[in-house]
Amino acid sequence: MDKFYNLWKKFGQNFQQGGKLEKLSSFYDAFDTFLFTPQTTSKKIGAHIHDGGDSKRTMILVVLALVPCMLFGMFNVGYQHLLATGQLAAGMTAALWWKAFGFGLLAVLPYYIVSYVVGLGIEFVVAQIKHEEVAEGYLVTGFILPLIVPINTPLWMVAVATAFAVIFAKEVFGGTGYNIFNVALIARAFLFFAYPTHMTGDSVFVRTGGTWGWDSAMTAVDGFSGATPLGVLATTTDSAAMPIDFWTAFNGLIPGSVGETCGWAILIGACLLLCTGVASWKTMLSIFATAGVTAWLFNQFGPETAVANYPWYMHLVTGGLMFGAVFMATDPVTSARTECGKWIYGALIGFMVIVIRVLNPGYPEGMMLAILLGNTFAPLIDWCVVRVNINKRMKRSSATAPAK
Amino acid sequence: MALSKKTKEAFLGPLNANNPVLVQILGICSALAVTVQLKPAIVMGLSVTIIVALSNLVVSLIRKSIPTRIRIIIQLVVVAALVTIVSEVLKAFAYDLAMQLSVYLGLIITNCILMGRLEAYAMTNDPWDSLVDGLGNGFGYAWILVVVAFVRELFGSGKLFGLQIIPESWYVANGGFYENCGMMLMPAMALILVGCIIWFHRSINDEKK
Repeated sequence: MDKFYNLWKKFGQNFQQGGKLEKLSSFYDAFDTFLFTPQTTSKKIGAHIHDGGDSKRTMILVVLALVPCMLFGMFNVGYQHLLATGQLAAGMTAALWWKAFGFGLLAVLPYYIVSYVVGLGIEFVVAQIKHEEVAEGYLVTGFILPLIVPINTPLWMVAVATAFAVIFAKEVFGGTGYNIFNVALIARAFLFFAYPTHMTGDSVFVRTGGTWGWDSAMTAVDGFSGATPLGVLATTTDSAAMPIDFWTAFNGLIPGSVGETCGWAILIGACLLLCTGVASWKTMLSIFATAGVTAWLFNQFGPETAVANYPWYMHLVTGGLMFGAVFMATDPVTSARTECGKWIYGALIGFMVIVIRVLNPGYPEGMMLAILLGNTFAPLIDWCVVRVNINKRMKRSSATAPAK
Repeated sequence: MALSKKTKEAFLGPLNANNPVLVQILGICSALAVTVQLKPAIVMGLSVTIIVALSNLVVSLIRKSIPTRIRIIIQLVVVAALVTIVSEVLKAFAYDLAMQLSVYLGLIITNCILMGRLEAYAMTNDPWDSLVDGLGNGFGYAWILVVVAFVRELFGSGKLFGLQIIPESWYVANGGFYENCGMMLMPAMALILVGCIIWFHRSINDEKK
């Protein structure tokens, strides 16, 4: 390791001022701080922050929290494929288990490569143009993006959407930390509006064909439907339809976007985020509570449709609600920052997601749009909370101040 | 006939450095509404050019006899008359296009570029310069529309002037890989495209300074 370190540092001299590759110094810097601890640290005397946390560490924690979702998502992609092609008819075996995981790994991996190559590529180029350090914000965005798209999305669409989102949702606003909207969700929203046939419907969430030529001879068995539970609810005419039960939805071996299906994996991630203080429990709790109450109200007083009659606790575990509430709504940059504001922000999202699901027949799932709407209002919510607080204090101080 | 420097500036300025859409951010609404396809965008651009040029000319001719307090009403009457003529001509000779442009043809009357030019230029300059200024601003508006419509029609529906440009065999429906970008058909994307043009325009013009 020492040898490599010395070699790397020697290589790094090219990038210092006056060196041959001075212009690309942020390039070197990004890899340097990614591989080793940064050279610049706060001094023992004079610094008031006694915490090792920086944005790089925060990002890595979120990535770690997402790993269970990713691993389960990979397995589920393979599992759904085996199920759809009838290979599980004789029951699960160890060999099939590994095949499911391997198949899913090969299916999901290209999305990660595309997401990181395109996204980080743009980040690096922009950093060179603006003479700034390469920000680490894309680590999380690039990790989430493959988890929130259907597994059959063509790769070039993901590339286009990533480029669009990174440029227009992030770099245009000033880069990491300045974006108004969650970048990964903008990429998904772009896909959703630009290529709707590839983002919703019965055939996009389960890969029936092959991956890298593996299993490509397989076709779906008769009677197979790749519809997600919410997709079924949106199209059914039976107003008491109940596509799945609670634990099936929670365990997550169902069709859906790659990372969103398993409640357990998301809970593990949520625990990690909450224990380390990266995400706000107020936002999460507020979303779940409001979504539950709104869904319950629709259960009681809503129209006689399948989605409105769908029990409130089922709404919480189906679709992208859990994943969005834990990983995307809590994004510290785009969510509300005042403590009181987090409650309001979460309530807005929780309310909107159910309203979109129930009242808009065109959109079976509303989490993406609800969070983006929440992002839009987050600065306004913060502003109002701050104003209210200032007014309250002004009143208090003028009440106690001696009369002039 | 040699053109004076002022006349040249009146024509060339609005095309680039003082473009009504890119710099003054006027006439954005119609730029969003009629640019899904090239053909209506070009017709719209030409209509606006004709109307701006002629109304500039007419208002400039009568500028000395217009009472200041009711000048806006008089300008509006001139513009409204011209808009009516243009829309009737289009309805007579290009009915489908007129239907495609629908209300936006009539709404040229409220286009900010028109009132802007009348107030800022025609009221204080002689008829010849005003006519040239109107042409310059009309073309300045039109070329933005054409660029935006070109991108939107090509990527949004794979066509140019209604002709299929992207091979049919590329499409997913025919076993290919390609799909039109539905986002391009939405007004939001037109706004983003105009934003991009402004972005490039500013970065080039800033470098010149």
